[in-house]
Amino acid sequence: MILIGERINAGFKDIANAIRTKDPTAVEKWAVAQTEAGATYLDVNIGAASRDPADMAWLVDVVQKAVPTKISVDSTKIETIEAGLDAIDGRGVLINSTTADPGKLERIVPLAVEHNAALLGLAMDDRGSPQNVDRRVENGAMVFMAAMEAGLDPDRIVLDPILMPLKFMQEQAGFVLEAIEQYTHLSDPPPHISVGLSNIGSKATERRRIVRTFLVMAMARGLDVAICNVCDEELIAAVATAELVLNKEIYSDSYVRAFQVRQ
Amino acid sequence: MTVEIPDVKKSWPHAINAVTIGATSADGGTRTSTVTIGGETTLPFYLFEGAMPNRPVVAMEVWDVPAGDWPDAVREPFDDVLADPAAWAKKCVDEFGAETICLRLQGCDPNGANRSPEEAAAAAKAVAEAVGVPLIVWGCGSDEKDNEVFPLVAEALSGENCLLGTITEDNYKTLTALGTAYGHKLIAESPVDINMAKQINILALDVGFLAENLVIFPSTGALGYGLEYVYSIMERLRIAGLKGDKVVAMPMLCDIGLEVWGAKEARAPESEVPGWGDVTSRGPLWEAATATVYLLAGADLLILRHPEAVRLTQGTIARLMGGEAG
Repeated sequence: MILIGERINAGFKDIANAIRTKDPTAVEKWAVAQTEAGATYLDVNIGAASRDPADMAWLVDVVQKAVPTKISVDSTKIETIEAGLDAIDGRGVLINSTTADPGKLERIVPLAVEHNAALLGLAMDDRGSPQNVDRRVENGAMVFMAAMEAGLDPDRIVLDPILMPLKFMQEQAGFVLEAIEQYTHLSDPPPHISVGLSNIGSKATERRRIVRTFLVMAMARGLDVAICNVCDEELIAAVATAELVLNKEIYSDSYVRAFQVRQ
Repeated sequence: MTVEIPDVKKSWPHAINAVTIGATSADGGTRTSTVTIGGETTLPFYLFEGAMPNRPVVAMEVWDVPAGDWPDAVREPFDDVLADPAAWAKKCVDEFGAETICLRLQGCDPNGANRSPEEAAAAAKAVAEAVGVPLIVWGCGSDEKDNEVFPLVAEALSGENCLLGTITEDNYKTLTALGTAYGHKLIAESPVDINMAKQINILALDVGFLAENLVIFPSTGALGYGLEYVYSIMERLRIAGLKGDKVVAMPMLCDIGLEVWGAKEARAPESEVPGWGDVTSRGPLWEAATATVYLLAGADLLILRHPEAVRLTQGTIARLMGGEAG
């Protein structure tokens, strides 16, 4: 399971402040904490705190100085993604994200090729978020084809079927599970499949339970990447346990620790 | 008509750790040679697919007390040196081509000669002075006694970058601390159990011992005595390591001589088992055959006893690595 730590995001006040004041303390703290918790990638997102692509470069740089962990450059803006990619010091990097919109694919897929990056594609298009299984599969396949045609291996392609809050769109969770399974049939080996996990618990009182239960169910259908709160110990324990149930890891009594060490 | 043969080559995302044993003067030791094991990027001898940058290595076993219970066939080559571990080790290196010496501190066994930690340290020091090859030092197997013996032995061999063992799930804190303090590598032992093989590594890592300094000992069974169980465990460990499970991506060691020479097939004289052939050649062959199987399972370090088994095994390694037969 590839875990992408979600915490270095300007949606959180401490990170937004860090970007505004250029005080790296909070960013460093979360880079270390998420790495120790077992994150494979650290998502880095300047969000609405800044419109300046240079701030993405600054954020990437701070993280790189703090930890050796791979980085997920997260933005909807191409210029911001480019600034993040240019700042990468040669370590592994994931572009988060493109959509299935052909105009966007045309610009972002070549960036993944040029920077030897992995590419996360959201199953969205110019009509917005998908509301059923078919649209999710269609858009995912569109991203997959565009990336493959440009020469990316399935191992460098990550598809995200768009997870929505359970509280407000209850029927969508089942559609996401079905889309995940269909993505696994795209190729052999299949592309990676990811969700923005925290979305499903949005505004719910029992959000941690919802997140944890969905993640385990989705792993059983083929999910192998999640952008999530990696510092949630129970969540990590659930992932480590699910990996054993799926026979992806060798059992040991300290298997949760083993899972964190191996990341 | 041409038949296209599909390309079955697989690329593994990770490599097995490479572990160097021994330190020359350049690295603060007194060894004249070192050995490096591990580093594979593919399954054993899949040289068409990936790399085995380091050849599997053969170590020869030496005891700190005369090996009274060794059968005649394997004791005779050492009859003149059995009372002197230093001379024994030197003979293994000079005459039989041992690349490494494994000193087994059998004499410390409380149920045997019960030799003192000071005597063990003196024996280890004497062997280190007699030969220039890297050293493996193996305890007597009594946790309590080993924990008294190893502090002195590890200190006596300080800086020599030896491979010491073994640590187990029940007894790892003393040796991991000594390994870190005196710069030695460690053997992590488990009883033919893949889950425990992983667990002991995690325990060692959690007390701060580095994964790169561990060698896995998954236990060894002689041919005919559970070898296939160990084989499948080694195979699974190696595949998991190549796939990226850093907790099991270590080189593996097999303690072959000890097991083989306890087996009836290596010990029983022809008078007892008519038709089995001459015991003086049967034993070494049993040892070499066992070693060959473990090479195919992924063994990186083989501890052997009989000079003929050593010669045959080194030849097998050379052939499998694509060189000339030895």
